[in-house]
Amino acid sequence: MSIFIQLFISFFQIGLFSIGGGYAAMPLIQAQTVVLKGWLSLAEFADLITIAEMTPGPIAINSATFVGMKVAGIGGVVAATLGNILPSCIIMIILAKLYEKYSKQTLLKSILENVRPVVVAAIFTAGLSLLQLAIGSFSLGIQNFDLFAVIVFLLAFVILNSKKLRVGPIILLIIGAAVGIGYGVVTGVV
Amino acid sequence: MSQPDLPIKSKKPEVNLKFYLKLFWTTFTLSLFTFGGGFVIISLMRKKMVVNLKWINDEEMMDFVIIAQSSPGPIALNGSLMVGYHLANIPGALVAALGTVLPPMIILSLVSLGYEAVKTNLWIASAFHGMRPVVAAIVLQVTWALLKPLLDKKKILPIAMLLLAFVALYFFKVNIMLVMVVCVVAAVILSLVEIKKEGHK
Repeated sequence: MSIFIQLFISFFQIGLFSIGGGYAAMPLIQAQTVVLKGWLSLAEFADLITIAEMTPGPIAINSATFVGMKVAGIGGVVAATLGNILPSCIIMIILAKLYEKYSKQTLLKSILENVRPVVVAAIFTAGLSLLQLAIGSFSLGIQNFDLFAVIVFLLAFVILNSKKLRVGPIILLIIGAAVGIGYGVVTGVV
Repeated sequence: MSQPDLPIKSKKPEVNLKFYLKLFWTTFTLSLFTFGGGFVIISLMRKKMVVNLKWINDEEMMDFVIIAQSSPGPIALNGSLMVGYHLANIPGALVAALGTVLPPMIILSLVSLGYEAVKTNLWIASAFHGMRPVVAAIVLQVTWALLKPLLDKKKILPIAMLLLAFVALYFFKVNIMLVMVVCVVAAVILSLVEIKKEGHK
């Protein structure tokens, strides 16, 4: 079987069976690329996860690109990524159609209304984990406490809540990156 | 279609070439700055599509999150497909998906060619040092923006649901899929009871 078809099929399966975001996809990616196909060594897989967390985009698509490039160049990237996103495209278009048709119906409307708080809880949980990752630790052990990150967090939070300063999140991220590099230069890290 | 209790009203834009370019550019830039998991893009999406562009409202966005999260595939991609379809049917969904997929494809293609250098690059590490707390601030600010209307309605059930879900997710590290399934089942039962009650009045 052509390598492009193999990449397509492997990543199609990863796309189809990873329900619940990046961390659900990770074991599937490992099973397909390391165990079944041997495209990556375990060390390369660990590198891939590090890179995927450092770069933007979903872990599954990052992996598809990384593996596709390594195994078969640009053609491999396209085959693996297409395979990875095809299940989503088909399933979401069907669900979106159903949503547009039935979301104003009383029962579904009422169900969605009652599930929405869970989304708020999930976003809050994600936000707290990100904050912990950013500033070190919430525990009283001060040794991991990152004062620079705390100050950046507080400033960003104030700016976002300010009605006067209308700074978009992307601009704010770019400012954050610049401040981080500046801090690195000043403290002699870079 | 009008929902008077919402602070932000959405309006579907006119679908033309300019709109498709705008949709592509919006999803492209959102995807470019999304690291740290699917919920980050949801937060950025709210800022951009609900607050700035007013393409969708908060309730629609939360519905999209529920559906995106409970379907196979990356949440960011699923969310883009839902929004794209909502705004401009299948062509909209495909344009939004393309915009979401291209940034990671381009970046990872470049990175995989020289990843040893990127992995240990201190400039990149410094930039991330500054961006991580900003991401946390964005996500927590969005939480507050979504939480406030729920609190304002002063209905006990949704707030109880929120607290229970939060405790399960944050303190007990219960898998989010399981929490969602339990909440959907609970929501179906509650909704049936509510509708039945209203029917009796």
